[in-house]
Amino acid sequence: MSAIILLLGASLSVAILFLGAFVWSVKHHQFDDGFSPPHRILFDDHQKNSVPPNPDKTDFRTLNQN
Amino acid sequence: MSGVRRGGYLARDMATTTDKKITCDHCGDPCTIHPVKLGEKVFCCEGCRTVYQLLDRSGLCDYYRLNDKPGLSHAHPSDHEKFAFLDDARMVAPFILFRDEQETHARWYLPQIHCSSCLYLLENLHRLHHGVITSRVDFAAKEVTVVFDHSRISIRQVAELLAAAGYEPYVSLRDLGGTKPVTSRNNIYRLGVAGFCFANIMLLSFPEYFGLGVSEEGLRGVFRGLNLALSLPVFFYCAQPFYRNAWNGLRNGFLNIDAPIVLAILVTFARSVYEVISGTGSGFFDSMTGIVFFMLAGRLLQDRTHLRLSFERDYRSYFPIAVSVLKEGKEIATSLPEIQCGDTLLIHHGELIPADGILTRGQALIDYSFVTGESLPIPKEMGELVYAGGKQTGAAIEVLAVKEVAQSYLTQLWNRQENKKEEYSFIDVLSRQFTYIVLGIAVCAAVYWWAYDPARIANAVTAVLIVACPCALLLSSTFTNGNILRILGNNGLYLRNARVIEAISTTTHIVFDKTGTLTLPGDHLLTYKGRPLEAAEQRAIAILAAQSTHPLSKALARHLDRAEPCRVLGFREIPGKGTEGWVDGTYVMIGSRRFVTESRAVTTDTRVYIRVNEDYPGYFRYSSHYREGIARWMQILRGRYSLSLLSGDNHHERSRLEDWLGAGSRILFSQSPEDKEAYIRHLQRRGEKVMMVGDGLNDAGALRQSDTGIAVAEKGNSFTPASHAILDAGQIRRLPVFMRYCRMAGRIIIASFVLSIIYNIIGLAFAVRGDLSPLIAAILMPSSSLSILLLTYGSATWMARRLGLKLSTDEKDHTPD
Repeated sequence: MSAIILLLGASLSVAILFLGAFVWSVKHHQFDDGFSPPHRILFDDHQKNSVPPNPDKTDFRTLNQN
Repeated sequence: MSGVRRGGYLARDMATTTDKKITCDHCGDPCTIHPVKLGEKVFCCEGCRTVYQLLDRSGLCDYYRLNDKPGLSHAHPSDHEKFAFLDDARMVAPFILFRDEQETHARWYLPQIHCSSCLYLLENLHRLHHGVITSRVDFAAKEVTVVFDHSRISIRQVAELLAAAGYEPYVSLRDLGGTKPVTSRNNIYRLGVAGFCFANIMLLSFPEYFGLGVSEEGLRGVFRGLNLALSLPVFFYCAQPFYRNAWNGLRNGFLNIDAPIVLAILVTFARSVYEVISGTGSGFFDSMTGIVFFMLAGRLLQDRTHLRLSFERDYRSYFPIAVSVLKEGKEIATSLPEIQCGDTLLIHHGELIPADGILTRGQALIDYSFVTGESLPIPKEMGELVYAGGKQTGAAIEVLAVKEVAQSYLTQLWNRQENKKEEYSFIDVLSRQFTYIVLGIAVCAAVYWWAYDPARIANAVTAVLIVACPCALLLSSTFTNGNILRILGNNGLYLRNARVIEAISTTTHIVFDKTGTLTLPGDHLLTYKGRPLEAAEQRAIAILAAQSTHPLSKALARHLDRAEPCRVLGFREIPGKGTEGWVDGTYVMIGSRRFVTESRAVTTDTRVYIRVNEDYPGYFRYSSHYREGIARWMQILRGRYSLSLLSGDNHHERSRLEDWLGAGSRILFSQSPEDKEAYIRHLQRRGEKVMMVGDGLNDAGALRQSDTGIAVAEKGNSFTPASHAILDAGQIRRLPVFMRYCRMAGRIIIASFVLSIIYNIIGLAFAVRGDLSPLIAAILMPSSSLSILLLTYGSATWMARRLGLKLSTDEKDHTPD
């Protein structure tokens, strides 16, 4: 009989752990944005040989000149 | 979407033959002017091509692969000095989240974020510049947080990088006003806890349902005790929103829907605790926690707001954060609250005038269309007073501020306090009647048992109050509203909250604004009257027209589709009147009738006259470019609602508008913002429920005053006046469908409520006999909740399908054009 009591205690503890994990994930903004995560994982990894342009030479203010 | 340009003389229609339409490979807009090419690709303007080059160089062409033409139109490039204020340490503070020696974290609002391509590009910013370390997008809030090394790139350069990529941060005076309000996640926590407790209680109740029997007394006590313990967080923490709402209602003397729910929760909890402690029964903890869980879920669904679509906007969201002030000949970026009387402001082309002032230098041509509804810019002379809120079109001007920003005439107009009218929906009324009926049944049961077997009174009465919970009504309304809000949002109509659904469904009178709402802002239809123009003459006119920034001139240049540009000699522009110059040896003059022909005849419509050398070939007549299909959807609305139209313009288009709105409607012109608001009030005094559809600040008062104020927003226009709903400009033709859908909402709610009454009757049959066992309650409650859920969700979805509404953002439009 005490076995059942023990089991109850153990399973409730495990369940409470999961509740804690849920609260933690909400607190850390994981449920804020529903759109980005599914799309983010489908982006391809970039090719290693692409190099960003030289920052000294690029003045972004003039890029929009019409 | 493309305008059908009915050029009277010009035979070719530029962008209408659908198979030959050339659209920009970056933004998808039609390339009407000479398209800009890069290898195989075609762009509508230099700006779009530049962005493409930038992405191509950095290997980010997946941007185009992920979505079709995801770019944003670059036809209106921003000013270079726009982010100069970010060099000032004081003004930068609202955007910086964190800073240490190595890196800075900054966050901006980018209203242009709309698809996965945006997500892709913005999270790959580090490939555009070494100085950016990483970046992250919050799609729902349309924000990007950039982590960068401030020794390699300054915060101003980061903002300019974003603008160069097509995502210019929207910075307004509002950002200066302190930290963003923290979004409350409490309801999500409550839902989690309620779900946890409910599920565990149900599991722990199984032995009780299936007859644990008296042989295991101790064990039964343990299970019941655990149930009691698990119900405590739900009773004290999770149900708080209901207690608060019910208390607020009672304080105002009104019995809203939360009151009977609180009663049911209290009675259930009390009886259950009594039963467990006295050992007489197992209580109804599972029903109580279950119902709290479902109701919280419904509330969460209904109250989920569109985070970044602010429905509360005052003048600060419209004004920029800083403006250039001239001090001793130097331009200093000054934040708006710091502008004092006597400061000289330097306003560039396209910039907003932030404070009332006097024009001291330059040629002012101010566009007040968003503010007062006049569609054409107004020329101002030196020494004249210019009001805040207008945009300068043309070269830079200097204005001497005579009032502070917050004191200007227009901000006073917009800033009036909203009177909070307390609204009660039909749900509250229904629930009140339901409560009285239930109390009546409880009393009858009590009387009956008092006569026959007084021991069972408490049992029966509490059982009645437990079973006949109006929770079903709350469930049906919240789930239905939540779904409808979601589906409407997917289709371009964003409502502030669920109450707006009801307001829309009870509308009797619709008032439209003209400029910007029914017309495409900044666009015109041109018709030519006069002798036919030769090709060379057309070219010369087009080239001259392209020199000026006046919207009429630009429209003319677009219409004539100039070829390669060439030099114009002796170019002279008189603001508000016209331009002249020599193109390839031909003298061309374009402008108002008086300017070109020196005739003093008055015209009621907008015309631009032409002179070529000594000849006066004719004139172009400008009319507002109305959105497509107005006649059709107006026709549908006419059948059901009374219609009115208010315009800040003059009356030269009255006959066409009368055709659309019908003979019985009122059409008023030259309406000031106060006139519009007064008209709405007048209608409301007559007992009408008014819906106002407008887009500009001249509608702000009217939108606030009406029962439903819908602000029409162009794609990429990040500011709309305060309203109850925001409608995508492209979706305005579906207004009749949206309104019909809202009318359905009430019917769906009532249908599911009737379904729940059936469950209630069954349950009450057991309850009045004092025979309610936990098992029966445990079956009834989830099954009624779930069936209501299914019914409301199913009905809302099916109804949406039937009306042709999109069910998710990825779907294509079902409605025929």
